Amino acid sequence: MASYTTNEFKSGLKLMLDNDPCAIIENEFVKPGKGQAFNRVKIRNLKTGRVIERTFKSGESVEAADVVEVSLQYLYNDGADWHFMDEATYEQYSANGDIVGDASNWLKEQDTCIVTLWNGAPIVVVPPNFVNLTVSDTDPGLRGDTASGATKPAKVETGATVKVPLFVEEGELIKIDTRTGEYVSRVKE
Amino acid sequence: MRGGSDSSAPADWRPTAGVDALGLRARLLSRVRGFFAERDVLEVETPALARAGASDPHIASLTTICASVGRLYLQTSPEFAMKRLLAAGSGPIYQICRAFRDGERGRLHNPEFTLLEWYRPGFDHHRLMDELDALVDRVLGPGPPARRLTYRDAFVARVGIDPFAADTRALGARARDAGLILDEPDAADRDTLLEFLFSHAVQPALGDGRVCVYDYPASQAALARVREDEPPVAERFELFVDGLEIANGYHELADAEEQRARFTADDRSRAEGGLDRMPADERLLAALSHGLPDCAGVAVGLDRLFMIAAGARSIDAVMAFPVDRA
Repeated sequence: MASYTTNEFKSGLKLMLDNDPCAIIENEFVKPGKGQAFNRVKIRNLKTGRVIERTFKSGESVEAADVVEVSLQYLYNDGADWHFMDEATYEQYSANGDIVGDASNWLKEQDTCIVTLWNGAPIVVVPPNFVNLTVSDTDPGLRGDTASGATKPAKVETGATVKVPLFVEEGELIKIDTRTGEYVSRVKE
Repeated sequence: MRGGSDSSAPADWRPTAGVDALGLRARLLSRVRGFFAERDVLEVETPALARAGASDPHIASLTTICASVGRLYLQTSPEFAMKRLLAAGSGPIYQICRAFRDGERGRLHNPEFTLLEWYRPGFDHHRLMDELDALVDRVLGPGPPARRLTYRDAFVARVGIDPFAADTRALGARARDAGLILDEPDAADRDTLLEFLFSHAVQPALGDGRVCVYDYPASQAALARVREDEPPVAERFELFVDGLEIANGYHELADAEEQRARFTADDRSRAEGGLDRMPADERLLAALSHGLPDCAGVAVGLDRLFMIAAGARSIDAVMAFPVDRA
């Protein structure tokens, strides 16, 4: 089993902690002039996203986490799982709703996502920063109202609801920032 | 001509300290020398290479090979040689030198760093704390003198348990709560748990300004004499400035037999921990047998003190070339 010693610690290193894969965000060497040295790390649990602080005795070794980030194309949802494909190897991966989480709001078939694989299986799915989605349902547009700044809810093809300006109409394609869930602009097809 | 690297990026040849910081460093060094000149403390120089290194299992020495002598240790502090000068009748002495510790690198560490160390015959650790305050005044500018706390009071106030009385299990539970990774409850010894809790829970809560913590557990005496109180305490102190460890001092152990016993105990810990063995420094032991005057001594990490004077967050800001650029 691969492992790291504390003197290999640096930000980005992936290791196992409490049976979960984690990534080091910050590593600080703490050593009293006399006495034991420690490595105090800020670490992100890659499954939950939670950031915690932990301290290792310097010199100890820690099991490495077999974690990689890959770009995968989103294929389809079969009602239970989401399916993805590596466009280079055609290898397919599936992830359930717990793993896909809020990303499901923004997954459009054939878009490319960043998927974190742990021991070869997806644990995190990150959609592209921007996606273009068709408005499937919204109140009739108020043509010409581009100045008031007022918004209305609009449902998009993935089922998610976003706030859009009043002039946006059903059937239009809009650009959304998936990191904030906010409308960016209309898209001309 | 190009160097060995085939990378197209130029090597990072520039200093990490700005010209201003280097100027400040030079002025502060000269203030330190002025401070000791006024007080008739003699500046000395002792060898950076020695036949014996630090026995402390938590300090790793760098070594080199000298053609005529063989293996030599780069000093981790000038303590042993300076004590030989004291035993030879030098009177009060100070030294500003480079010390070397393997494996130590971080925001506040570099494998080679600048130590100021001085010894005062006739002083105990409290009198030396007074003088240390005067030195810090000289370097950082006058400020409120260090608040003085015993190790026990500092620990109890911030961790809530008595470091001398609490059993190891209670310390282990507290350490795990504070984030220490322990495979099993007994995986760390008592001093490791105390050092963890001190550096992670006590030190960050000491607050701004200067604090001197004194009378350490006897198990952390290092080279300090132990006073037979109940429980016994080591007459050792540390200065913290804004929560950073700046200096470590002792009312010095002068008993050759006790010193030999500590060397032997350290070497046994080294053997148990699979570390390089360290020969006892027989010249130091001979000097102690001859007679070390009753004295106190302290080592100050000048890079850190200068870092604070510069308002910087890392010692790299006051060092020309840290090890990554050496």
